[in-house]
Amino acid sequence: MAPIIKTEKITHVYSTGTVFEQAALTGVDFQAERGEYVGIIGHTGSGKSTFIQTLNGLIKPTSGTVFFDGTDIRQSKARTREVRFKVGLVFQYPEYQLFEETVFKDIAFGPKNMGLPENEVSERVREAASFVGLGAGELEKSPFELSGGQRRRAAIAGVIAMRPQVLIADEPTAGLDPSGSAEIIANIGAYRRSAGATVVIVTHNMDEIARNADRVAVFDRGRIIIDASPAQTFARGEELTAMGLGLPSAAMIAARLRERGLRLPDGIITAEGLRAALREFKKGAGGGNA
Amino acid sequence: MLRDVTIGQYFPGGTPIHRLDPRTKLVWTVIFITALFMARGALSYALMLCVLAGCVFASRVSARALMGSIKPMLIIICITAILNVFFTRGEVIARLWVISVTREGLISAAYMASRLVMLISGTFLLTYTTSPIALTDGIESLLGPLKKIRLPVHELAMMMSIALRFIPTLIEETDKIMSAQKARGADFETGGLIKRAKALLPILIPLFISAFRRADELAVAMESRCYHGGEGRTRMKKLRMTSRDCAALALGAALPALIVVTNMLSGA
Repeated sequence: MAPIIKTEKITHVYSTGTVFEQAALTGVDFQAERGEYVGIIGHTGSGKSTFIQTLNGLIKPTSGTVFFDGTDIRQSKARTREVRFKVGLVFQYPEYQLFEETVFKDIAFGPKNMGLPENEVSERVREAASFVGLGAGELEKSPFELSGGQRRRAAIAGVIAMRPQVLIADEPTAGLDPSGSAEIIANIGAYRRSAGATVVIVTHNMDEIARNADRVAVFDRGRIIIDASPAQTFARGEELTAMGLGLPSAAMIAARLRERGLRLPDGIITAEGLRAALREFKKGAGGGNA
Repeated sequence: MLRDVTIGQYFPGGTPIHRLDPRTKLVWTVIFITALFMARGALSYALMLCVLAGCVFASRVSARALMGSIKPMLIIICITAILNVFFTRGEVIARLWVISVTREGLISAAYMASRLVMLISGTFLLTYTTSPIALTDGIESLLGPLKKIRLPVHELAMMMSIALRFIPTLIEETDKIMSAQKARGADFETGGLIKRAKALLPILIPLFISAFRRADELAVAMESRCYHGGEGRTRMKKLRMTSRDCAALALGAALPALIVVTNMLSGA
């Protein structure tokens, strides 16, 4: 099947012709299949944020083409606008963009812009709110009465309410406590399963990627330099560390244990994987104290 | 888009113009503007243009950036020029119904337009080559004597530097909020006046909220570092006039005198 979203040789240069001229992206080829969960990592300034904004046409790349469902998203103005609704983009700290009097109205902003009838809008708002665990009580409140985590979830619901086929989120868990982060990731996962949507998440949380992602794209200086499964990606630990990126904690523990002489298999990136490998090792050692 | 706004922007560099004391540059700008309004006749204008071109060349500010600063003022310049063309009495060279174009009108329009262009370029050259912090330090130092009449000079300078400091931040923030609302299908480009004004609300409300939040955070950060106004405050980087500044100021003082001379020459 054709990829739902695909880029061909995307290059983007900021502030062309001034002293601030800077290439954010240089020849990026990327694609994502329907229903796929792709993690994007890379240190600050590696071009990730610029890249995801080219995917729904917010940033027009200096050169290169973005395809959604096989056609150029810049074919016509109508096409670009249509793609905005099909490729939902959640920005960093999205709670700062809430502006309506009630959470309900804010979530309804996207569906209303799509020109949907009133009853369809409210159906979508309720559906989106339930994905992120906001009840009817919260919907009638002002966004500013909510807690930080709830506000973030309300903002994400505002994008989910458009029922995008691709949901992109830029560090959706930044600045939240572990339980708040886990909830957001679970909310996004629930939407993905129910809608069969593609999810693209920019994050610094390697554990999260190891657990959820089907594939990882590593950005460095405006290029994708690794595009592989999490296990394959994190197997290149030294390269990642050299770029200032971390490894999932399970992978780090496994590496330290290997240094101490434990013969563990490759590709351990999650806590579950590590536990299984250690059990296996214990059996192999004849039930001794490993 | 918004990123390309150049008002109040500073282009870092190490040219002689960049390294001048901000007070020298401020005084020079005032002198330049005064001289610009004193100038009469082609010779004086040519001299002013040479001075400006020399400064631009020495500061290595790109012509493109300078043109960018003139662009937003273009309408005002055009209106001024057109009014001058039609409302100056003199020798009529073309007549359109009740409107007549005079030779004097055309000449004064040309002078007026070039004066405005030079005025804008000159002042922008100041902000392009002087960091906002240096600029407000310079203003505070120049206005220092006014402290005697109880003018809160330090506070005014501090307010100005904070305002300047937050221009890029707020522009960036506006850009981000606009993108986020556009991602939800907000449309700022079509529709009538009322629809467009309404479309601004999703940008303005979050922007105001974040501006207040930032102001609050900044106030807390300043107070937690014991900021209590200008009294008894010392500086890490003291402004110091060098021989280069003295030379520049001497040249500056000579400019109006030169203009008087060239005015007389072209008047003769």
